[in-house]
Amino acid sequence: MSALSLSDLGVTLRGRTVFSDVTFSVGPGEMVGLIGPNGAGKTSLMRAALGLIPCDGTSSLATLSPAERARAVAWMPQAREIAWPVPVERVVALGRLPYLPLRGGLPDQDRAHVESALDRLDLQGLRHRAASRLSGGEQARALIARALAQDTPLLMADEPIAGLDPAHQISAMRIFRDLAREGRAVIVSLHDLGLAARHCTRLILLAEGGVMADGTPAEVLSPERMARAFGVSVWHQDTPHGPVFQPLEVVD
Amino acid sequence: MRALEPLLLLGVLALFVLSLVIGPADVPPGESLAALFSDEYGPMTLVMREIRLPRALLAIAIGAGLGMAGAAMQGYLRNPLAEPGLIGVSGSAALGAVVAIHTGLAASSALALPFSALAGALAGVGLIMLLAGPRGGSLTLILAGIAISALAGALTSLVLNLSPNPFAASEIVFWMMGSLADRSMLHLWLALPFVLVGAVLLAWTARGLSALTLGEDAAETMGISLSRLRIVLVLGTAAIVGGGTAVAGAIGFVGLVVPHILRPLVGGDPARLLWSSALGGALMLQLADIAVRVILPERDLKLGVVTALVGAPLFLHLIYKTRRELG
Repeated sequence: MSALSLSDLGVTLRGRTVFSDVTFSVGPGEMVGLIGPNGAGKTSLMRAALGLIPCDGTSSLATLSPAERARAVAWMPQAREIAWPVPVERVVALGRLPYLPLRGGLPDQDRAHVESALDRLDLQGLRHRAASRLSGGEQARALIARALAQDTPLLMADEPIAGLDPAHQISAMRIFRDLAREGRAVIVSLHDLGLAARHCTRLILLAEGGVMADGTPAEVLSPERMARAFGVSVWHQDTPHGPVFQPLEVVD
Repeated sequence: MRALEPLLLLGVLALFVLSLVIGPADVPPGESLAALFSDEYGPMTLVMREIRLPRALLAIAIGAGLGMAGAAMQGYLRNPLAEPGLIGVSGSAALGAVVAIHTGLAASSALALPFSALAGALAGVGLIMLLAGPRGGSLTLILAGIAISALAGALTSLVLNLSPNPFAASEIVFWMMGSLADRSMLHLWLALPFVLVGAVLLAWTARGLSALTLGEDAAETMGISLSRLRIVLVLGTAAIVGGGTAVAGAIGFVGLVVPHILRPLVGGDPARLLWSSALGGALMLQLADIAVRVILPERDLKLGVVTALVGAPLFLHLIYKTRRELG
């Protein structure tokens, strides 16, 4: 069974068609990178797939009730909002909200999910700090941990690694890939094509009002497509250290 | 701070007892309290049961309601400057009361004024639901609230403007300052159901408010229905503010200042803040109501004046303290 299937999905905002006829499905074990130039509609695509904005076509998630959806997918929005000075561990524990009875504390099983999310994101040292006062990168890690704690078959994150230092960018991508290996499905949008090439099992390139390419990183990141979609020339090579991908120059 | 709620509760109870033994009837505290439970229906028993008890209980009920509504409003809008009056219900309730005073309806029976205020509140809620009901967002709610407040304020001014009778005008002005003096048990029974229903509705929003800490999108994908949350929040706040304003007039600053003071003490958690703000609101309003009786017992100092006089400088101090964080 797929974690997400979209058919003929299209989004029109204020009379402007952002994209249309997007059809794909994502299954367990896949770590999908959603790439595309600014304004191609990556965020809109993810929000439409979640049923958060009106759209044409169908998404398997949009038909679920809010309570069912909360157990099917965890969503990390691009805007990293933490409104109040809540301790990090409490932010992460919010991920357990869909599973909790209305009153009472956090059951042991839920606490275990919170602890493992804190461990995975290297947050044990920050757990009592007020999340709203952390640096941007630390907040991003706390919010990734929050999404992990929701423990859903599908994780969707909108530019989760933007603003992280290189070590935490790499470890966050590793975490997502490990989740996929454990049998979950992960969809992340990102702009760092080098990291996308190294860590994703599949890339979906959103450009020119639709899916321009969908396949393994090697297939999708071809120089012609990169020139067409992003207007850049690239250097891409398989090395003993794995695939290395680097955008080089802007082409006209 | 773990012991916060028990401490606040203790404070509320202590002030409740203190409030019962303070009044123009100069009777020692022990005797006053004994008279409350006395079977002989003497004059002091009458004073205790018909004057001081309803006053103290109203201060607790309305204060708790305003504190809770303030915490809920701030949590929903994720803005520490939000307050229960924001949705325009206090303004429209005041308009209802002012019309009752102006037309002389208020003099016809003791309950004419509160019922007229409730009718005003209901009209206000109807309008805001129409404007920011199932489809609106939080911004629509704020804008609709501002518009309704402005309209109610303008109509209130119009009534004052056209009032041919200076006594009615001064009565209106004094009523709008808010007071708990000379309220009866009847007033308590009128306001209490609204405050209780409002509190139950707002208690239901606790989970949604916690989830909203991470923004609307995140909350929605954690299973929170934002449109339902907004409707319940507006109805709960309106019940509390409408019921409270109907019997006590407009009392500002409790719903703004109390959640703001208590937030750091509950670790920012909006759900826990609902309950501690209820206790804190009861504490603050009782304190203010005791102050009006102690500071100027002869001059009928108005409750809303005191809450604003205490609340505004306190708020300035808080802004001064947190301005670096607010950026």
